[in-house]
Amino acid sequence: MAYLISGPGSGTTSVFAQRPDSSRLAHIQRIDSVVVVGTFRPEKVIPAQVLSGERLQRLNAHSIADAIRYFSGVQIKDYGGIGGLKTINVRGMGTQHVGVFYDGIQLGNAQNGQIDLGRFSLDNMASVTLYNGQKSSGIQAAKDYASASAVYLQSRIPEVSPDRRYNLRLSLKGGSFGTVNPSILYEQRLAERISNSLNAEFLYTTGRYRFSYVKADGYDTTAVRQNGDVRALRIEEGLFGRIPNGSWRVKAYFYNSERGYPGAFVREEPGKFRHEDRQWDSNFFLQGAFNKALGKRYRLSLNAKYAYDYLHYLSDPRLDVTTMYVNNHYHQQEAYLSAAHEFNLFKWWDLNLATDLQYNVLDADLVNFVYPSRLMALAATATTFRFDKITLQGSLLYTFVEDFARKSGAAAGDKNVFTPTVVMQYRPLRHIDLALRAFYKRIFRMPTLNDLYYTFIGNKYLKPEYTTQYNLGASYTKEWPKAHFRRFEASLDLYYNEVDDKIIAMPTSNQFQWTMVNLGYVEIRGADAVVSGSMRFGQLGVDGRATYTYQKAQDFTDRTSTYYGGQIPYIPWHSASAVVGLSFGDWCLDYSFIYTGERYESSANIPENHAPAWYTSDLALSKRFHLRRSQLRTGIEVNNLLNQQYEVVQCYPMPGTNVKIIISWIL
Amino acid sequence: MLPDAGYKCQNHHLLDIMTIGKILRTTLPLLALLSQFTACRKEEAIVPSTPTTVTDPADSDGEICGFFLLNEGNMGSNKATLDYFDYATGVYTKNIYAERNPGVVKELGDVGNDLQIYGGKLYAVINCSHFVEVMDVRTARHLSQISIPNCRYITFKGRYAYVSSYAGPVQIDPNARLGYVAKIDTVSLEVVATCTVGYQPEEMVIVGEKLYVANSGGYRVPNYDRTVSVIDLATFQEVKKIDVAINLHRLELDQYGQIWVSSRGDYYDTPSRTYVIDSRTDEVTDEFKLLPNSEMTVCGDSLYVYSTEWNYNTQSNAISYAIVNVRTKRIVTRNFITDGTEQRISIPYGVAVNPSTREIFVTDARDYVTPGRLYCFTPDGRKRWEVETGDIPAHIAFTRQPLAPLQ
Repeated sequence: MAYLISGPGSGTTSVFAQRPDSSRLAHIQRIDSVVVVGTFRPEKVIPAQVLSGERLQRLNAHSIADAIRYFSGVQIKDYGGIGGLKTINVRGMGTQHVGVFYDGIQLGNAQNGQIDLGRFSLDNMASVTLYNGQKSSGIQAAKDYASASAVYLQSRIPEVSPDRRYNLRLSLKGGSFGTVNPSILYEQRLAERISNSLNAEFLYTTGRYRFSYVKADGYDTTAVRQNGDVRALRIEEGLFGRIPNGSWRVKAYFYNSERGYPGAFVREEPGKFRHEDRQWDSNFFLQGAFNKALGKRYRLSLNAKYAYDYLHYLSDPRLDVTTMYVNNHYHQQEAYLSAAHEFNLFKWWDLNLATDLQYNVLDADLVNFVYPSRLMALAATATTFRFDKITLQGSLLYTFVEDFARKSGAAAGDKNVFTPTVVMQYRPLRHIDLALRAFYKRIFRMPTLNDLYYTFIGNKYLKPEYTTQYNLGASYTKEWPKAHFRRFEASLDLYYNEVDDKIIAMPTSNQFQWTMVNLGYVEIRGADAVVSGSMRFGQLGVDGRATYTYQKAQDFTDRTSTYYGGQIPYIPWHSASAVVGLSFGDWCLDYSFIYTGERYESSANIPENHAPAWYTSDLALSKRFHLRRSQLRTGIEVNNLLNQQYEVVQCYPMPGTNVKIIISWIL
Repeated sequence: MLPDAGYKCQNHHLLDIMTIGKILRTTLPLLALLSQFTACRKEEAIVPSTPTTVTDPADSDGEICGFFLLNEGNMGSNKATLDYFDYATGVYTKNIYAERNPGVVKELGDVGNDLQIYGGKLYAVINCSHFVEVMDVRTARHLSQISIPNCRYITFKGRYAYVSSYAGPVQIDPNARLGYVAKIDTVSLEVVATCTVGYQPEEMVIVGEKLYVANSGGYRVPNYDRTVSVIDLATFQEVKKIDVAINLHRLELDQYGQIWVSSRGDYYDTPSRTYVIDSRTDEVTDEFKLLPNSEMTVCGDSLYVYSTEWNYNTQSNAISYAIVNVRTKRIVTRNFITDGTEQRISIPYGVAVNPSTREIFVTDARDYVTPGRLYCFTPDGRKRWEVETGDIPAHIAFTRQPLAPLQ
């Protein structure tokens, strides 16, 4: 990590410098600076994809959401622009089945269960990891077992080299859409075993961009996206400590933003109405983690968190004549505690026991609101057997949920649920790094507080929504330390998923009245493939990564429907990505490509709902300058090179060609 | 000069150039392929109409040649579409607007809320696109659009069209924003006057020189409006408010000068009900406590009423299809569908009766996000035919002039 701040070596060079020591990685969660792409790590027996270090920083990405598009099996729902909501859907099961973890602790949103990944910056991110099923690395909290798939965002851990007291990085990014994005990172060694990290970032963008809609032998119109401005401030302060046989850390996170909602682009008299609805957010959390080995056979891990989220939404007819007056304030609080224990009974047998407790409360100024709160207790037990060629892990998660409401009879009933997971890995050959893997997992998501209690929409009789996953896969890695072609990795996973009791919005007596029901049933059959490799010719380093995803996600909800079995909305059958990076001395050139195949905006797969394929090419060039005691890094990115006009979400146009300039000064 | 060093240096470069060349040789074809691939992205075509023969060709025994059907389309999806049924050929054509108006940007618009024919023109009220689309009734070609924010329903008298809108003047409290009725000159197609009424006004009827508009107050939950506003058309001023019940929506005028009014209730403890106003006295004369009402249409002495009543307490929809005799005010039947077809209709969303054949049409919005269905019944309630429509089929306008085929 250190080189990012002060080290002179380029990322593709350091890939060969060292291999991460896996056991150390697992325990102190240090993420090395190597270019780890789509990697297989011995201690993780479940399919995982990682983007970290230099590779992550070199992606043309405004946010975490942009980076995640390079994972296989993932669809990002993107409402366009820097401020537009961006959520992740893994293997067609839906956004709310993806747990998003920040520095090891889950980011909660009890209100609507979705995390806007567009708000998380890459500025201080060390790695982004996607697990299908669950993370399976020895000691972990019960929450780590509690979602169908999970994204782990790992922020930088300070590494100040022994001859220095501190590291400082000042960055300024800017470019299209009137974007200005300065940030500062200050890392300091407070004592031999304690360090401190302060990271702050400000973002402003007008959100304005030109887009066009063209029909063959028909209309051809160009307009500018309005009311998409964002102002955001993020401050993170972390303390990191090492103790004998363990470590601890505390982090405070603060995010404050104001943004406009550009809204759906529908037919309107051009320029007649200004849409002015706005949203203000404040998010704060304080979290801490402690882990220590006591003796040779026992390790303890404690996690705690308090989070406060505030959201204010305003739509005012005094500003926008077409709108209804809405002025709502939402306050969410979350408290979370977790204790996990790992017992290394034998060299070949580990046991993990974890118990988590979480309390959420939601306050909002809505009519007939029931003021819900939720207590959740989770207990997980997992055991891992490591034999010569086979690793076997089984886990069982127990979840208890009790909801409370201020109005009697308004709260949903208690939930008591047991859900299992079985993971297996088989390495048939001693000298060839080939692993075959399989997992089965059944898990559920709770109906969100909105699903249950939102005035006029909520339905307190909702049951949890279940997913069942079956996965079969193989991964292969080969390295040639001295040759031009240095590394090759490939993996292929085939899966079958079911989503039952799927919570869907059902209209009631008219368009403006909806309710939530457990009606949906979806089956997903898919394949994820990742290939990556790196080469080196003298000073020239080349590394590349490509992914391909096939998904057949069918809606089997309504047997009487003509469209029974139709592909579910927004899931393409085919999608792919490619990244190629060249480095030559202090120069880096990166090309990234995203392909999303044709798909439909409704499970009625008819021409009216057809969304054509889109694909974008991005190019980035960067150069490092070595100054006397510091380093300067400059870069330019051109995104959507061919100015393709496309939508990810119906009526939400995406930006065409846009540029970004980056300058970082590293001391 | 140091030839040695120069030579060395060159050699080094040579190596690099060779390797770069090697890489380029392998990557260039790939890039070429890629650029070919990216270059050939086709422009999207206008979605063509879909004709379906649903019944045998029939002589238009009456004057009705067919009807237009406006599909609302889900809010924010810009999917309002127009369908047409032609009696002469028995063909139902889905989605005719886009191909007849390829130059209109973003097609018909977002949420079609009302459809009427008047004086050779077809008027479609497009709620979330904030205008009334005016088309030639014989060609369904765009003529003009009349801008009215948050417009809801349309009615006509003489030279003028009247459109209800939620977007009245904003007073001190933005939460207490009255709606208005806009008066449109059907010759110039411009708004010539507006009249402020109650909260979130919906359907209108005109009796003589009086326009009645149902105020819902749907934006002010739980403080619903409970009145019908009466506008004097001569002065275009609101002259009175008739207190009826909460959350009013539909108005239907029968041949005896009685105005039938639907109240949607509050979806919790106050159920949907039907009321009658006598237009001579402007007083509520009847209350049908057991006649929930989502939409109604009158034909002769029969008032056809369907109801999809949602209740949040029971989390269920109660559906009924009633006929009321407007003269005797007796409920003739609670289910005008007599062959069991109602079992297949998930969410009835529109009703219309052909005034000359007395065929009954009922639309089914199904799940709102996939195409709906239209059912045609004989006057005694047996299914004659059914067909797939656009998303959320809702509003039917019978036409006496056939739609010209697309050239």
